[in-house]
Amino acid sequence: MKLSSGTIRLIIPAASLALLLAAVFYMQPRAMSYTGLNLLFNLAIPIALATIAQMLIMSINDLDLSMGTFVSFCACVAATVLQTSPLLGALIFIGAIAVYAGMGMLIHVRDLPSIVVTLGMSFVWGGLAVLLLPSPGGTAPTWARAIMTAKPPLVPMAIIASILIAAVTHYIVMRSSFGVLMRGTGGNDRSVERAGWSVIGIRAATYALAGLFAIFAGIALVGLTTSADANIALRYTLLSIAGVILGGGEFVGGKVSPIGAVIGALTLTLAGSFLSFMRISPDWQIGAQGAILIVVLALRLALNRLEKREKHQ
Amino acid sequence: MSFLPGTPLRQNNDSDRMTEPLKREEVVAARAIKVTFGAVKALDGADLVIHAGECVGLVGHNGAGKSTIVNVINGALSPHEGTLTYGGHPVHGISAARANGVRCVFQELSLCPNLTVNENARIMHAELNGWNWRSRAASLVRSQLQKIFPGHAIDCDSTVDDLSIAERQMVEIAISFAGRNQRPKLVILDEPTSSLDAGLAAQLMAYIRTFINEGGSVLLISHILGEILSTCDRIVVMKDGRVVADRAAKAFDTRSLVEAMGNVVREQEFSRKATARTGAPVLSMPPHPRHGIAFEAYRGEIVGLAGLGGHGQTDALLDLYLEHNSNWWPSRKREIAFVAGDRSLNGTFPLWSILKNLSIASLGQLSSKKMISDSREATLGSGWKRRIEIRTPDMRNRILSLSGGNQQKVLFARALATTASTVLMDDPMRGVDIGTKQEVYEILRTEAANGRTFIWYSTEMDEIRLCDRVYVFREGMIVAELVGDGISETNVLAASFSDGEAA
Repeated sequence: MKLSSGTIRLIIPAASLALLLAAVFYMQPRAMSYTGLNLLFNLAIPIALATIAQMLIMSINDLDLSMGTFVSFCACVAATVLQTSPLLGALIFIGAIAVYAGMGMLIHVRDLPSIVVTLGMSFVWGGLAVLLLPSPGGTAPTWARAIMTAKPPLVPMAIIASILIAAVTHYIVMRSSFGVLMRGTGGNDRSVERAGWSVIGIRAATYALAGLFAIFAGIALVGLTTSADANIALRYTLLSIAGVILGGGEFVGGKVSPIGAVIGALTLTLAGSFLSFMRISPDWQIGAQGAILIVVLALRLALNRLEKREKHQ
Repeated sequence: MSFLPGTPLRQNNDSDRMTEPLKREEVVAARAIKVTFGAVKALDGADLVIHAGECVGLVGHNGAGKSTIVNVINGALSPHEGTLTYGGHPVHGISAARANGVRCVFQELSLCPNLTVNENARIMHAELNGWNWRSRAASLVRSQLQKIFPGHAIDCDSTVDDLSIAERQMVEIAISFAGRNQRPKLVILDEPTSSLDAGLAAQLMAYIRTFINEGGSVLLISHILGEILSTCDRIVVMKDGRVVADRAAKAFDTRSLVEAMGNVVREQEFSRKATARTGAPVLSMPPHPRHGIAFEAYRGEIVGLAGLGGHGQTDALLDLYLEHNSNWWPSRKREIAFVAGDRSLNGTFPLWSILKNLSIASLGQLSSKKMISDSREATLGSGWKRRIEIRTPDMRNRILSLSGGNQQKVLFARALATTASTVLMDDPMRGVDIGTKQEVYEILRTEAANGRTFIWYSTEMDEIRLCDRVYVFREGMIVAELVGDGISETNVLAASFSDGEAA
């Protein structure tokens, strides 16, 4: 049976996750337990949600550089307003989604580079977060805390949540009509426009959906950490982009994979733990993490080239 | 081929013949359409009326206005003057055109390459909504593909990226003809067979006849005249944004069609004496592996590359350029210079001054010890300003302060100011006014006399006639070489449009 290019694109991220996991289990057999797995992948849930948000933006050939500050802002809202007066908190989040949709429309109408607009917005979100929580603090809403610390039987929450996120977004992005239009806009927006669709509407909806997933990421993060800080998720910007690419997505052309993005987020989290288990000093960890990324991406590039050569023959 | 009773003959250039007993319903009527892009008149009062149940062939040379009128009909362009009606209703826009059953298969493939065939059908057909649209899309595309190209082997669940070029074109054609509740009334096919082999092309032409007999209409654009003559009921010939002939297909043959496209009488403004070829060719390229002619250029020659746009001329220029200039490590002394066609895309540095734009290619010879000498740069600038009359008070003004034609002259000067002995030109005079053109032609002639070689891709017949020798391109290869008096519009057209055998 001939494998489709989509399946081939999923093989490498899945294989690298399996390899890393095997290495971690080999070094630390006690991680092979309910609690061990939960601890390993706990922090991956908000990263996976942020990666999905970034993937939505990347599926229409844009890039969101405000992801980290926006998730931080959402975490701050969740730890303060959402906790004290849920209605106001929900309104703030709805407003934030509207701002995201507006951003998408602005980028489309004025034909602006998305990185410039989102970079600008990152300062706005950062400033708002500091206004809300000048110093680390706040309390997670009890329900968020309850969801993130739930202990379902047999399989730990972190794994269930990852599978759930992957399944839901796979349905939205890969199976639904909206997902087709969204990816079509990334692949060839002129042909979508010629077919009579409103590309500006598609873009606004995509941005709004990305905003929604980023809000989930912020709430999940607060549920795990119990309190928030204006800088809590700054590294999510680059982590989410790396997660999408690691999971087989591409910067342009609407080629994305939600399952791959979740796997990418898990791999990135695991890489950190793996390096700690290897007793690599924290000074070198970031560099080593980068090295892992480069190896995986090089593998993918080689595979792409192989595939292309095959097609030409 | 079956003849329909009463092939419609519209009144037009051939007298008023409204002898049609049964007047067919107009699907689309574009009348006296005028479209201008800046100074260029793309359409200058063109008429195109398409009735239900007829196949109209549209032919013409580059820039005749074929694509523009197609874009007007499919709603992408609003005409600046004239009336456009669909089934008698004057409406505008892409959605309106689609709602009236107008579908378009574009020359450049317009599928989303990252989606599967079924998903592309979903985008093209808004009616495929609700639950289970995937299986409905699959059956729709599969049955339509089977109808047009029986025996095809396309898997509708595969990504368009994974299909061959021919398969992509087949899919796009099938999606455009398909429709459950909203059958298309008019399908516009712009070079639909450009990547299909002869067998598939014949299947498509046979299907077009079936579609016509069922009451649909087709507007067929092709450079293969055999297809047009055998499939169409009526042929419309365009030239310079106007319809110059509109007759039943039976009234044409290959010869008369080619003649209708060109100007039969046109005085030669000047002709260059055939220069003696001296020594070995400065540039050469082996012929296309299948067939075609090898390319050669000698010192002091102006070699033209002609043919319809997008048939491999630009690629040939880039191949020639890269052969002599490595992509990785540019050599210090460059033998070859390039004048880009799309000025704003890959020609000018919009933020720089005129002088900087001019001197960028010759900084090596203007500098000593890696530092640019201001005085030598200024001398170069003032010299070329005088020679080619760049109309500016100061060479330090921004390049964008110049008119388009003068910007183009600066780009020419940039190439000519280098020590390169060969200059490649990628249709650089597109949209330049006639005065500037004459000045540049004069420069070309003197430079060629001084021993420079010019390779000139042009879509304009007047420029092709200025060349010593012309290679005509078709489907990525050189199909004809014309020399001296043989360089005529008729010959170029005849070589650009194959009569169907070589498809």
